[in-house]
Amino acid sequence: MTEEVKVSVKNLFKIFGPHPKKAMGLLEQGLDKDAIFEKTETTIGVQKASFEIFKGEIFVIMGLSGSGKSTMVRMLNRLIEPTSGQVFIDGEDIISMDNDQLVKMRRKKMSMVFQSFALMPHMTVLQNAAFGLEMDGFDKKTREERALQALEQVGLEAWAASMPDELSGGMQQRVGLARGLAVDPDILLMDEAFSALDPLIRTEMQDELLKLQAKAKRTIVFISHDLDEAMRIGDRIAIMEGGSVIQVGTPDEILQNPADDYVRAFFRGVDPTNILTAGDISVDTQVTIVITDGKNSRAALQRLIKNDRNFGYVVDTTRKFQGVVSTDSLREIIDHPDQPQLIANAYLDGIVPAHVNDSMQDILPEVASHPWPLPILNDADEYIGAVSKNLFLRTLQRNEPEESEEPEEMTT
Amino acid sequence: MRIFNFDEQLIPLDEWVQTAVDWLVVNYREFFQVLKIPVEISLEGLEWLFGVLPPFVVILLFAIAAWRYAGKRVTVFTVLSFLLVGYLGLWEDTMTTLAMVICSVVFCAVVGIPLGIMAGRSDRFEMFLRPFLDAMQTTPAFVYLIPVVMLFSIGTVSGILATIVFALPPIIRLTNLGLRQVHPELVEAAVAFGATPWQVLRKVQFPLAMPSVMAGLNQTIMMALSMVVIAALIGAGGLGNPVVQGLNTLEIGLATIGGLSIVLLAMVLDRITQGIAQK
Ligand SMILES: Nc1ncnc2c1ncn2[C@@H]1O[C@H](COP(=O)(O)OP(=O)(O)O)[C@@H](O)[C@H]1O
Ligand SMILES: [Mg+2]
Repeated sequence: MTEEVKVSVKNLFKIFGPHPKKAMGLLEQGLDKDAIFEKTETTIGVQKASFEIFKGEIFVIMGLSGSGKSTMVRMLNRLIEPTSGQVFIDGEDIISMDNDQLVKMRRKKMSMVFQSFALMPHMTVLQNAAFGLEMDGFDKKTREERALQALEQVGLEAWAASMPDELSGGMQQRVGLARGLAVDPDILLMDEAFSALDPLIRTEMQDELLKLQAKAKRTIVFISHDLDEAMRIGDRIAIMEGGSVIQVGTPDEILQNPADDYVRAFFRGVDPTNILTAGDISVDTQVTIVITDGKNSRAALQRLIKNDRNFGYVVDTTRKFQGVVSTDSLREIIDHPDQPQLIANAYLDGIVPAHVNDSMQDILPEVASHPWPLPILNDADEYIGAVSKNLFLRTLQRNEPEESEEPEEMTT
Repeated sequence: MRIFNFDEQLIPLDEWVQTAVDWLVVNYREFFQVLKIPVEISLEGLEWLFGVLPPFVVILLFAIAAWRYAGKRVTVFTVLSFLLVGYLGLWEDTMTTLAMVICSVVFCAVVGIPLGIMAGRSDRFEMFLRPFLDAMQTTPAFVYLIPVVMLFSIGTVSGILATIVFALPPIIRLTNLGLRQVHPELVEAAVAFGATPWQVLRKVQFPLAMPSVMAGLNQTIMMALSMVVIAALIGAGGLGNPVVQGLNTLEIGLATIGGLSIVLLAMVLDRITQGIAQK
């Protein structure tokens, strides 16, 4: 993959409290966050964080409360000064910027949406949406026009003249989002932006965000402590624990290959059948039969027997899926030499191939109700692989809590 | 033990202060007289204004303010109060007092709001300021009346200066408090959107601190009114005069109508400014 890097974080530390130097020393000696706090009353906010955020992706930073997510995102626009390390945005080191450059960068490049909404209670919805533009010195007409457009994007243009406290929580956060969008930022920082909303509204806002993202690709840094949310909207996820970034990857990568128990613990509550797709779990280990002249049924049967398989997946020369044959159906036509020996005549009935993007949930009935592994096709109807019952169950088990493996239960 | 021998005065602070004030009077009296000038000019302007305005117009203006900000009942109360002080024969004194109070409050606001803002934005400045504010509010006025008179001579302007010393702390304190009560997330949001410190103050902190600032202004007005009698002791005019005169000559009736007028004026100003603060 050759993605364009938008934000690059290098060896970033934030240490709160009276003795940052001492705490750094203790960190190097390998002490953990709690031990250092006990010794020095100094809190490790973020330690040794390095990662890259690509242009146009939704990058989710996930972790339990107190793991340093808010501190991390606030160092990206320097609301919090890092203790050491570097942050590059479009290749520019923002840590070495002076105040004027910093203000300019905040106005032109990024905006932020807050968990508590942080709307100005003394301003109307429109004035709130126009806040960033006002700071940037746009004249009243321009900024109100653009703020109104932003409000339209979140469906709140009718509320422009209201005060924020007249709106419900969900609507207030739409205003918060509109305020972030009005300045047309490259980068949108969202610190648990939907966490204060109730679940239904939260899902609605996630969809809204995805819709907006589909229209105009921005780089979004989204903080969340909610795995389902992270999985739903994240292109990639960084997982934080005790101030460290312990894993970065796509939701699937992390789900299938959790870096450690902390990450795994996160996923225990998750039902993998909602997140993994047919494409993710399918494997191309079944026998494929390419129809050449369509008359090679004997050769096909030979291959199945040799590979000890009951079913064969028939594709054309461009790998377009044609059908599924079994040893039985092939034998049937071979036993009747009076009829044309076309492989097509041996296709099994009732084959409904699944699409790579179907979820495990979607394909479960097909997998469960037939003896053959379910063929999985891509958009071009090309055969990608198949999902057998065994494979399906194995995927489920891997994500299940593995209590029996916990050492404390094995000791006497 | 010698440490606990209190029979003799070991620290002659009283003499030091005496000497210091005497020295100031001899060497810097002119400087202090110059300090008076802005107060003097403002006061003369206000007194002139309330002198030339016919009572009817003054009452009408106050009634309009009361109507706009504080409702019907306060309006009726305001009109009746002004009529009463007029019928009591104290209209002129009332106008003088009004001019003095407005003058002191304007200076308190001009000095106090910026100091309050600085205190609200800097813990160190707040710490530095706090003992001075405590001293200004708790030192009995009689203690500083004498140096004030020595430096500024007697008269209404000196009365106003003494009043400013006493009435300044609440506006500073409440401006400071108002700023500190602004939710830090709002300040953070403003900064995140590229606000400069000045923009944060002007667009977020100060507007949100406004109710608190107005409450401070209201208290400053009340404290200024409570100084009216003491100011009269050093030659300030206004409603303090009948009270002081009544006390000196044991004319209890005269003292009473003076006191009653002060109370009525205080209530009118209080209700109207509270109404403004709540808007
Ligand atoms: N201003 C601060 N002063 C001292 N400690 C802080 C401050 N802000 C955050 N912390 C500490 O840093 C750690 C990370 O906090 P935070 O970034 O807010 O976590 P999260 O957003 O993941 O819940 C916590 O232990 C928190 O107590
Ligand atoms: Mg947080």
